[in-house]
Amino acid sequence: MKANVYVTLKPDVLDPEGLTIKNALNTLNYKKIKNVRMGKFIVIEFTDSNREKVEQDLKKICHDILSNPIIEDYTYKIED
Amino acid sequence: MKFGVIVFPGSNCDMDCYYVMKDVMKQKVDYLWHKDSIREDYDCLILPGGFSYGDYLRAGAIARFSPIMSSVIEFAKKGKLILGICNGFQILLEAKLLPGAMIKNNCLQFVCKYVHLTKLMSQTPFTNFEKEILKIPVAHGEGHYIADDNTLKELQNNNQIIFRYCDEKGQVTESANPNGSIFNIAGIVNKKGNILGMMPHPERCSEEELGGLDGKLIFESIINHLNT
Repeated sequence: MKANVYVTLKPDVLDPEGLTIKNALNTLNYKKIKNVRMGKFIVIEFTDSNREKVEQDLKKICHDILSNPIIEDYTYKIED
Repeated sequence: MKFGVIVFPGSNCDMDCYYVMKDVMKQKVDYLWHKDSIREDYDCLILPGGFSYGDYLRAGAIARFSPIMSSVIEFAKKGKLILGICNGFQILLEAKLLPGAMIKNNCLQFVCKYVHLTKLMSQTPFTNFEKEILKIPVAHGEGHYIADDNTLKELQNNNQIIFRYCDEKGQVTESANPNGSIFNIAGIVNKKGNILGMMPHPERCSEEELGGLDGKLIFESIINHLNT
């Protein structure tokens, strides 16, 4: 079972990396860009096939380790 | 007094901290490997600077789960002294021994230079000295301290903000802030006041030959506190 996890900065946290990328895109003549935010994409492959258990563990992993809840949000998708 | 300098994989300021405590401050000091528990009776632990676990995931995020950290948390609960410098501060934040979080510097550059700090509290084990404006170097890429409004209010109300970035006259200004930290925060203590986390490196200015002695004031304050 595979989990795709996206960790992103909370909307009110300053993201200078995203801003730098946006400015770079503007320089390359992509002017119609409203905003850019940088995040992390993490793939975890589980050996367990019990979806309920995997999701339970994954939530804890996302909350306790993969993200810092003070500054980051996360979403995930589980694939069989 | 006995000091322990914790070494994580990727710590690189452990030797400077050890050297200062042993040869400059003339104290007993041990290296403590991150996989060990803290067996003997230490008086103060130092979490040094560096790039523990390569700063992978987030600075301090993985070191926070090192085996030694459960002993560090017990040590903290007993009210004993812990000093977290730079990556050490980041680890203490991730371990929730200090409130708030650290993100990338506003400028996205690794900032390595002397800064000035204004000391807000003298009544802590770490800052019991007269000097009010210190000159200590920073060297970090993720030094932007961040906390929500409630946490910031709590830090202010409980006098937990110890150092703020300032100019050489002690004025807290935007240009004196090397990384965008909220409220120009450079160092904080926990509510109990036994844990200090600071981004600047006092171990890099504890000898005249290295260009400054302001860092030594912090170590002297710790030793004097332990001796009373």
